[in-house]
Amino acid sequence: MRSVAVVGASLAGLGAARALRAQGFDGALTLVGAEPHPPYDRPPLSKAVLLGTAGPADLDLCDPADADLAAEWRLGVPATGLDRHRRSVLLADGTEVRADGVVVATGALPRRLPGPPLAGVHVLRTREDAAALRGALTSGPRVVVVGGGFIGAEAASACAALGLDTTVVEAAPLPLAGVLGAEMAAHCADLHAAAGVRLLCGTGVARLLGTGRVRAVELADGRRLPADTVVAGIGAVPAADWLAGSGVAVADGVVCDGGGRTSVPGVVAVGDVARWRTPGGSVRAEHWTAAVEQPAVAVRNLLAGATVAEYRRPPYFWSDQYGVRVQFAGRRAPGDTVRVVEGDPAQRSFAAVYERAGAAAAVLAVDRARAFTRLRRTLTA
Amino acid sequence: MIRTCHLDDLPPGAVLRVPADVPIAVFNVDGEVYAIDDTCTHQDASLSDGWVEGRLVECPLHEAAFDLRTGAPTCLPARRPVRTHAVTVHPDGRVEVHVGVPAPGSGAGVAAGAAERGA
Repeated sequence: MRSVAVVGASLAGLGAARALRAQGFDGALTLVGAEPHPPYDRPPLSKAVLLGTAGPADLDLCDPADADLAAEWRLGVPATGLDRHRRSVLLADGTEVRADGVVVATGALPRRLPGPPLAGVHVLRTREDAAALRGALTSGPRVVVVGGGFIGAEAASACAALGLDTTVVEAAPLPLAGVLGAEMAAHCADLHAAAGVRLLCGTGVARLLGTGRVRAVELADGRRLPADTVVAGIGAVPAADWLAGSGVAVADGVVCDGGGRTSVPGVVAVGDVARWRTPGGSVRAEHWTAAVEQPAVAVRNLLAGATVAEYRRPPYFWSDQYGVRVQFAGRRAPGDTVRVVEGDPAQRSFAAVYERAGAAAAVLAVDRARAFTRLRRTLTA
Repeated sequence: MIRTCHLDDLPPGAVLRVPADVPIAVFNVDGEVYAIDDTCTHQDASLSDGWVEGRLVECPLHEAAFDLRTGAPTCLPARRPVRTHAVTVHPDGRVEVHVGVPAPGSGAGVAAGAAERGA
């Protein structure tokens, strides 16, 4: 393999570039990024950046050693297509990058609320999104966060810390119940109220009210929540449209085998955009950890031209909200028994283990890092 | 500046988080006492909550690992070392942590200390 294009210049793309060089690839390396910035870290965007305790420079992922990548960077130019017969990645500026191998690392795009665009309505994915939201939070005291998942909870936490009148709207009966199970999700939901944030569950958003600028959020049950700022934390969709017609199979993410190889030889996919086969079914793990750990595996398989390695680690994610750190590893399934093994949920500090057939399937910790590190090791892949 | 603790509170296998201007994690690994900055150089996490294996501590947040003797990171995502601090263990079990004085032989710790002071 003499040339590789890494499409996507964020955490997973940078990881792929580093893995290529670390694994001895000495051919031409091109990184294509839709955003104009060099790779940066996204988790702080919904935490320290909103609070104003971290700035753009704190997010940079590259360091001086990355000059050794000897890569050509094509930043600010989205990819628009992949021609597998010409082995070419087509770019929005009309140019193309010829490459024997392609790493797809284009990430995901935030879902937006339906309706015409209104000022005051925000999503949170990019540096610009975070800067815009941070600026908006000074414009008025009433914030409605749509979606009670981790992004929503972290955004609400930041708003509460900034003294804003904050409401979280969650369509499901309980946020995060699908991930954590109802019992543990209820403990996490309690974090909102403890910080003075209203949590409204079981009702979706009917529409946004306002002309030019959002004025209120109307819920499916007819209630109207006045809002100066609305934050949509309602998930993300894989940025895979550019692969349409390329022959690369896409089904809510780029379909990959257990080692990141796609339906097209010489093309692998990593990070948020990729759906990898795992023993428990195919998973699009939209986690920082997957974006860090998948590239070395996918690159090995890309260079080998065969799936010689698979990624088998249990998924892991964390969330900082309301002054506590939530950590979760493994896969919970309906029917798992869960028990608190250390600490006390009422004290907002505990560790819980999910068990299936007598073995630990997942671990949850709230402000209990030491127990978490120990318990995580009892998980099997 | 010197911070003290006692071996009674730090048996082999134990870790103490010692408050200082910058918090310090003190580890007893099989009778050897090591002191490093408690906060991971990657992101805000307490290394005293980490997993110790041999002379390495793994961060509880993102699994960056550091060598307790040198402070050097041994794997991603950390790319910068943590500071080491010299430790004196007295016969009576008193442990002195010499804050800001790199542990002897910790080449990386010296560099890290200089970088921290420069920052």
